[in-house]
Amino acid sequence: MNITLTLLWQTVAFFLFAFTCWKFIWPFLIRAMRERQETIAQGLENAAKAEQDLHQAQGRAEQMLTDARAEARGIVDAARGQAAQMIETAKADAETERARILAAAQADAAQEMNRAKEALRAEVAELAVAGAEKILEGSIDRNRHDALLSRLAAEL
Amino acid sequence: MAADSAEYIKHHLTNLTFGKHPEEGWKFAENAEEIATMGFWAINVDSIAWSVGLGVVFCVLFGLAAGRATAGVPGGLQNAVEMIVEFIDDTVSGIFRHRNTLIAPMALTIFVWVFLMNLMDLVPVDWIPEAAKAAGVHHMKIVPSTDPNITLGMALAVFLLILYYSVKVKGVWGFLKELLCHPFPWYLAPVNLVLEGVTLLAKPVSLGLRLFGNLYAGEMIFILIALMYGGLVLGVFGTVLHWAWAMFHVLIITLQAFIFAVLTVVYLAQAHDVEEDH
Repeated sequence: MNITLTLLWQTVAFFLFAFTCWKFIWPFLIRAMRERQETIAQGLENAAKAEQDLHQAQGRAEQMLTDARAEARGIVDAARGQAAQMIETAKADAETERARILAAAQADAAQEMNRAKEALRAEVAELAVAGAEKILEGSIDRNRHDALLSRLAAEL
Repeated sequence: MAADSAEYIKHHLTNLTFGKHPEEGWKFAENAEEIATMGFWAINVDSIAWSVGLGVVFCVLFGLAAGRATAGVPGGLQNAVEMIVEFIDDTVSGIFRHRNTLIAPMALTIFVWVFLMNLMDLVPVDWIPEAAKAAGVHHMKIVPSTDPNITLGMALAVFLLILYYSVKVKGVWGFLKELLCHPFPWYLAPVNLVLEGVTLLAKPVSLGLRLFGNLYAGEMIFILIALMYGGLVLGVFGTVLHWAWAMFHVLIITLQAFIFAVLTVVYLAQAHDVEEDH
């Protein structure tokens, strides 16, 4: 328990260890710790940025998908419209064609009827003349009355 | 039994001292009386050896971590070391606001070194002294911080640093002015010198004696508990007591190491503070 030279030795040892720590231990540990802190801070920052980028990309993808859907719907709508129009056109064409064919048929029929009428007239005139000849027994000059009969036939 | 106990306690509290015996020359002291005759020029070999050994343990552990220190993922040792370093760095930067790169590493050295010295208190009191006895060494006190030479030696180092930085920062005249013209005006200089001188000297003395007192008392209680290991009942009771005291002591040794380090930083911060006139 006496105070001895031990005290001074301990003082010297204290300075030696403090110096060793000061020069050879502390700076290296602190530098490594600071560097790691920076690395971690950088990493966290990068992660946050990456997350933000991801959000943005997701937003863009969403947007693109929506746009594509809208475009597809537009195309389908346009195609439906076109198809309907084509059907309308075809219907109209068919209607026109039908009308034309009908008209042509009617015209043919009318022509045929006229021709038949013509023939009938001619025949009726013949019959009328023959009948009249028989009634009048030659009093009628055939050549004289031909013009008259033709007129009559035309009036029928 | 009483005499045996006294002998046992005395033996456990005696350092292995090497010094010059008035009649027999340089030798290891065999008992307290021989130590007393050796006077100042003697060395407590066990205290110094354990103290320096533990200091080397500190340097090797932390040096290994420092040598391998990278900014990458830290391993177990590096993690532990960096936790302590960061703790000390935070503590010091909270107390010490001046520019001095020595203070934080010194606080780390004090904290870890004193902690390791105190930690020896948790080694059962008989193990190493008995082993030393078997090896032919009379005395072996393994807790350096229960030796006032060790604690006061460290306090002396702190005191020298206080004086050095006081003079370095304030100049000789500034430091003297602080001692002579404070707290009373200059014409009461002698009173001021006594007051400030006591304040100044009380710093290292209290620093050293606080650590010594706490650890010496703790060691004493371990020795007293160890005395109980005679009978079965007392032995069991002693074991329980030992465990309880050791658990409590874990707190004390850490706290005392921290107090020594923090007070050193506080004293050196005061040494750097330039007093404003008032």
